[in-house]
Amino acid sequence: MKINTTKKLVLRSTQLAGVASLLFSCAEKEKKVYASTAEIPAIREMTAELTSPPHVPTPVGKRKAKKLIVDMEILELESEMTNGVRYVYWTFGGTVPGSFIRTRVGDEVEFRLKNHPDNKLPHNIDLHAVTGPGGGAESSFVAPGREKVFSFKTLNPGLYVYHCATAPVGMHIANGMYGLILVEPEGGLPRVDKEYYIMQGDFYTKGANGERGLQPFDMQKAVNEHADYVVFNGSVGALTGDNAITANVGETVRLFVGNGGPNLVSSFHVIGEIFDKVYVEGGDLINENIQTTLIPAGGAAIVEFKVDVPGTLILVDHSIFRAFNKGALGMLKVEGEENKKIYSGELREGIYLPEGPGIQTMPSTDETPESEIPAKTMAEKMEFGKATFMQTCFACHLGEGQGIPEAFPPLQIRII
Amino acid sequence: MSPFIRIAITFICSIIVFTTSAQRNDMAEVKGGTYIPLYGVDSTTVDVQSFKMDVYPVTNREYLNFVKENPQWQRSRIKRLFSDGSYLSDWEGDLSYGEKLKPNAPVTSISWFAAKNYCELQGKRLPTVDEWEYAAMADQTTADARRKESYNQQILDWYEALKTFKKEIGSTFKNYWGIYDLHGLVWEWTLDFNSVLISGESRKDVDKDSNLFCGSAAVGATDLMNYAAFMRYALRGSLKANYTMRNLGFRCVAPLENINENHSK
Repeated sequence: MKINTTKKLVLRSTQLAGVASLLFSCAEKEKKVYASTAEIPAIREMTAELTSPPHVPTPVGKRKAKKLIVDMEILELESEMTNGVRYVYWTFGGTVPGSFIRTRVGDEVEFRLKNHPDNKLPHNIDLHAVTGPGGGAESSFVAPGREKVFSFKTLNPGLYVYHCATAPVGMHIANGMYGLILVEPEGGLPRVDKEYYIMQGDFYTKGANGERGLQPFDMQKAVNEHADYVVFNGSVGALTGDNAITANVGETVRLFVGNGGPNLVSSFHVIGEIFDKVYVEGGDLINENIQTTLIPAGGAAIVEFKVDVPGTLILVDHSIFRAFNKGALGMLKVEGEENKKIYSGELREGIYLPEGPGIQTMPSTDETPESEIPAKTMAEKMEFGKATFMQTCFACHLGEGQGIPEAFPPLQIRII
Repeated sequence: MSPFIRIAITFICSIIVFTTSAQRNDMAEVKGGTYIPLYGVDSTTVDVQSFKMDVYPVTNREYLNFVKENPQWQRSRIKRLFSDGSYLSDWEGDLSYGEKLKPNAPVTSISWFAAKNYCELQGKRLPTVDEWEYAAMADQTTADARRKESYNQQILDWYEALKTFKKEIGSTFKNYWGIYDLHGLVWEWTLDFNSVLISGESRKDVDKDSNLFCGSAAVGATDLMNYAAFMRYALRGSLKANYTMRNLGFRCVAPLENINENHSK
């Protein structure tokens, strides 16, 4: 019942807004200037579009500040960390990172936080975009099977992290309870062709990296800051292969990049690209022509670049062992016409090979862990072999071992 | 067999029978003592008197009998003051928990008011936070296992495991006192669950009460112990007496003296 009425209201208000904008399009040219963003009036109600990574909601464009309803559901669920490794994630909206929230400055956000009845723990949310005690944490502490509502006004434009702040805070964050909320300036960010949502996080599992089965969270490793996985968007391979993000030659790409932590700072880098613009730490300061930008735990950055040549760009945390051994690696596939002037493609050596295959060690230990019982059947051998391949080789040499031209050589054996 | 021995055997048997019946549907004795709770009052140790505790949490079957005898606690009849509307929400009806729930699984989606009355009508009561925490410090072999790293990791693992409320009672371990399922099945109501104030802003709570980190500056098992306890206190802090949860059940306790009195009668 309630939902229906809200929907109707929203519909009606959009219609009204449409008519009003037609009628007053001339009068609108006189722009009102407010003494502070706190005084921007929020007229009419709207339900926020929430998206799961790597997607972002529609830009705010020229819309006025509104009363924005954000419906966020907390779900504790089991999912895949990497091939053969399961993990229990705690999530905002069923994904890690949580749903992307897009607002504009002056919006009055009514935040409805719902804790699913099957969940075991109370949770809350601290949004760094909130001006107020605990960033909303104090007013949003919600038991399983209940809903809490609070509201805040977005005063400062920028890209902000949100996260759970219930005791033990570190554990809630380590299990995936973080995401991004964007507050666009009046009139919105400049238009670009492609926008994506990426967030780094470090994970601590009882078993070592790659050990099969359901892996519980390891508190001691988290305290010691010894991460087993460092990944983009919650799991190894969330942004590679079929999950890679895409763009066409000539397009401008904007990445909203966050770092949930809980512990590690990210040296965000895209192999084969230079950031034309970086909104440093997600704020107003714009730096240009950047190779690697530092993203603190609990911080974010907006990076923009034009893709000029086709190929696969590799997104990494340039603390490079994290990329090739712990999972912090993503792909942006660019399609389109070659441009030999910009990139010849004639060199035979890789453009960027931080470590040769000889240096890289296979993930194995002297003693055999329980789950590493040797394969008995051919089918098992194939399955385990695939897991090892996906864990060690896939990142560079891709699914079929075909490699990436000019960067990572193909693995096929040629029979002469 | 000499008549003397026969008499002796009969005597011993009668004592055994008598003691068992006096134990009132499976209760186990927890010998009192002192312990330092996570949220200590004035950072002092707390004395816990000896008491008896239900060996298992209350089950669906037991609760069904209770609502049959006490219709005021049936789902459609419960006073609104005593429930937030989700009371027994997974049950099929007033007098049936349905096919989906196991008779031997712990009853959940119970408000504090209902749990409290259930215990009272049996001449028992809900355990206090201190009694519950004291009994739950034990692992299989020791009364206070809180400093064992493996024990704490086990508890933390359970806090992460999904949908454990569907398991049957007795499916976890029997602890030092002979009590089952304090960890691993469901959260449990305590009499004074809201006596420790957690504002929801847990980082602030830490500032408020510096006792929390007393003696735990060293990284190690102590930290893990605090983490597990933190989660229980956080959960209790998120509740109100009319709330119910799919992962929250209860069990009852009784003071030792009452049982002794019964014994002498």
